[in-house]
Amino acid sequence: MVYTFPKGGIHPPDTKLAAAESITTLAVPDMVYMPVSQHLGVPAKPIVARGDEVKVGAKIAEASGFVSAFIHAPVSGTVQKIDKMMCASGFYQDVIVIKTNGDVWEETINRTDEVISDISLSAEEIRTKVLENGIVGMGGATFPSHVKFIVPDGKKAEELIINGVECEPYLSSDHRLMLEKAEEIFVGIEIIKKAIGVPVAYVGIEKNKPDAIELFSTIAEKHPTITVIPLEVKYPQGGEKQLIKAVTGKEVPIGGLPIDAGSIVHNVGTVFAVYEAVQKNKPLIERVITVTGKQVLQQSNFLVRIGTPVQQLIDAAGGVPEDTGKVIAGGPMMGKTITSLNAPVTKGTSGILMMPSTESKREEMANCIRCGKCISVCCVGVEPYLLMSLAEHEMVDELQEHAVMQCIECGSCSFSCPAHRPLLDYIRLGKNIVREHTKKKK
Amino acid sequence: MNTSVKKIFTVSPSPHIHSEGSISAIMYGVLIALIPAFAMSLYVFGLGALVVTATAVVSCMLFEWLIQRFLIQGKLTVFDGSAALTGVLLAFNVPSSLPLWMIVVGSFVAIGIGKMSFGGLGQNPFNPALVGRVFLLMSFPVQMTQWPQPLNGDFFADAVSGATPLAFVKEGLSKGDSISDIVPQLPHMFQMLTGGIGGSLGEVSALALIIGGLYMLYKKIITWHIPVSILLTMFLFTGVLNLVDSQEYMSPFFHIFAGGAMLGAIFMATDMATSPMSPVGMLIYGVGIGVITIAIRVFGSYPEGISFAILIMNATVPIINKNVRPRVFGAKK
Repeated sequence: MVYTFPKGGIHPPDTKLAAAESITTLAVPDMVYMPVSQHLGVPAKPIVARGDEVKVGAKIAEASGFVSAFIHAPVSGTVQKIDKMMCASGFYQDVIVIKTNGDVWEETINRTDEVISDISLSAEEIRTKVLENGIVGMGGATFPSHVKFIVPDGKKAEELIINGVECEPYLSSDHRLMLEKAEEIFVGIEIIKKAIGVPVAYVGIEKNKPDAIELFSTIAEKHPTITVIPLEVKYPQGGEKQLIKAVTGKEVPIGGLPIDAGSIVHNVGTVFAVYEAVQKNKPLIERVITVTGKQVLQQSNFLVRIGTPVQQLIDAAGGVPEDTGKVIAGGPMMGKTITSLNAPVTKGTSGILMMPSTESKREEMANCIRCGKCISVCCVGVEPYLLMSLAEHEMVDELQEHAVMQCIECGSCSFSCPAHRPLLDYIRLGKNIVREHTKKKK
Repeated sequence: MNTSVKKIFTVSPSPHIHSEGSISAIMYGVLIALIPAFAMSLYVFGLGALVVTATAVVSCMLFEWLIQRFLIQGKLTVFDGSAALTGVLLAFNVPSSLPLWMIVVGSFVAIGIGKMSFGGLGQNPFNPALVGRVFLLMSFPVQMTQWPQPLNGDFFADAVSGATPLAFVKEGLSKGDSISDIVPQLPHMFQMLTGGIGGSLGEVSALALIIGGLYMLYKKIITWHIPVSILLTMFLFTGVLNLVDSQEYMSPFFHIFAGGAMLGAIFMATDMATSPMSPVGMLIYGVGIGVITIAIRVFGSYPEGISFAILIMNATVPIINKNVRPRVFGAKK
């Protein structure tokens, strides 16, 4: 039986050009730029100053508040300055600039490749490790992970769902990680199960990764409470709520969190980071990033120190192809265009995608022909064509009534519109209008 | 490969890829789906069918261009295929013997009044081809109901006028004949399926229209909801009538294969701009068309009513769209 979510969704071309490329380690950069805000929530507060010497894995900024995350030095060297810089998010952000000197790690970090499967820490200790090591959701949303390790009072976690979907075209970092770090990921799942106190875990993997499904199914035989769920290939199945629906058939109620449906979802990348944090005492200082594009010379999956400038990843993959029109951090459906190649990669960067100029410009939009395509592909059940007009006319009440805030911005509507209408642009505008309005009322 | 060269990159919000579907791909897709029916009409009605269709297509495109160029000075969309499609559908809904100047008038009404006066493609509440067709039917009732009889391959023969099966039945019943008197004089059901009957240019072969419909389903240009709900409603409605009194009411098979049922259900009612956007809305719309069509055919004074039925239900589409909404994910069931 192969599962999927029932309503909406699209089938963009897979284009997983880097799927067959093993993970290679990128050289330690001469300079790293660590934004203090690489996660959802409150930015971290720098605890280093100019001239400070740091080792790899040293804390350089601390979580300020519950929904926030620690930041660690990804290289050893000297803190040069704390400055504002254009980041891949498209905003100027505070970054801690470290000039590399050698590669000296904190002694507490276990750097061996040995898989440690005995989980000696208690649930409480695991949570502390996850918090202390700056683990955030690595599927893209970068939600601080320790928050998702606590089940709120009155709620019950029935299952843990591991997101190995990677439904974005082009990206293959999670796929490679699943193939190359499978044993570690299974330990990571056991760790999270223990910390949350949830009886069963499911790993959702789409059918376009048969090797990962096979490998995971084999290992799962040794883990009676972990089940691999092969999923139909459909975008946006990696969306948290869509994945819960696909795997369990349960729906997260409007305005609710996954735990309201009894589920907790973690991405495979996050699970691996949790494993390293808990078993190896290693903070989140590096991650796997796919560097790809139709004309890219060397399709790559790099293990990269966080804070490395995008340019260095691209150079290692053969440079920017002549005809590049757009560079994207993330996948083509939800990724953000990068304005400067000096911008650093962050905890949430899953890929660097270079699009040829022919595919970088949008077609001119035409009249809506009311074909209803946007409605039929929408996985949350809103009416994008209608939300677009409502946003154009700033009709706040109607926008709310038509559930604009439920949009997960997957982009399936804009992708499918035969009239090339920028539906999602206007839906984002509509969401902002509603947010502004709600703020004013308060 | 020189990375030192300063590059200017496009910056835009996601998504960064597109399905590559387009309006013209849809319109040309429908035109391709109409090829089997057009081929049958050439076979059945000879060159007249070609002349009428070409005139309608050229004049529809010409009027759209003139209006966009001189009246509204908007973007030219003449080649997106929608005006050509309106032309073909208008031609398919008239007799192949219609004087050409009337087709030009019909094209003007279809494009000028039916489409452009509302703001062009997608803005029109009524199916433009049907607006043109009904205008012609009201204005030139004689010419619009003189149906050339099938030539069946004899391309250059002069057409002889006669009644369509639907008109023949209506006339017979009004004279007081019973169905069993009328049926032997009608074309065989097989003929109605394949195309040897009198009628509008494009409606003569149910089979050719069904093939076109299947192509559109395969290409995902239409969904099954509208055609199936219309034909099923017509079938059930006439089936019940036929069970009540088989001497007064024709069989349901006759009704779905006769007249414009197939053309209307598959090609006219499925026009995207003038039909509901959600599956449930489509079903409501389809049932409405089916009921009204049969009501007109059986109880009204016109032998055929699907054009009127579609136009009437076109008017209800905004209300349907407003009230039939998809269920929001996570909403209480």
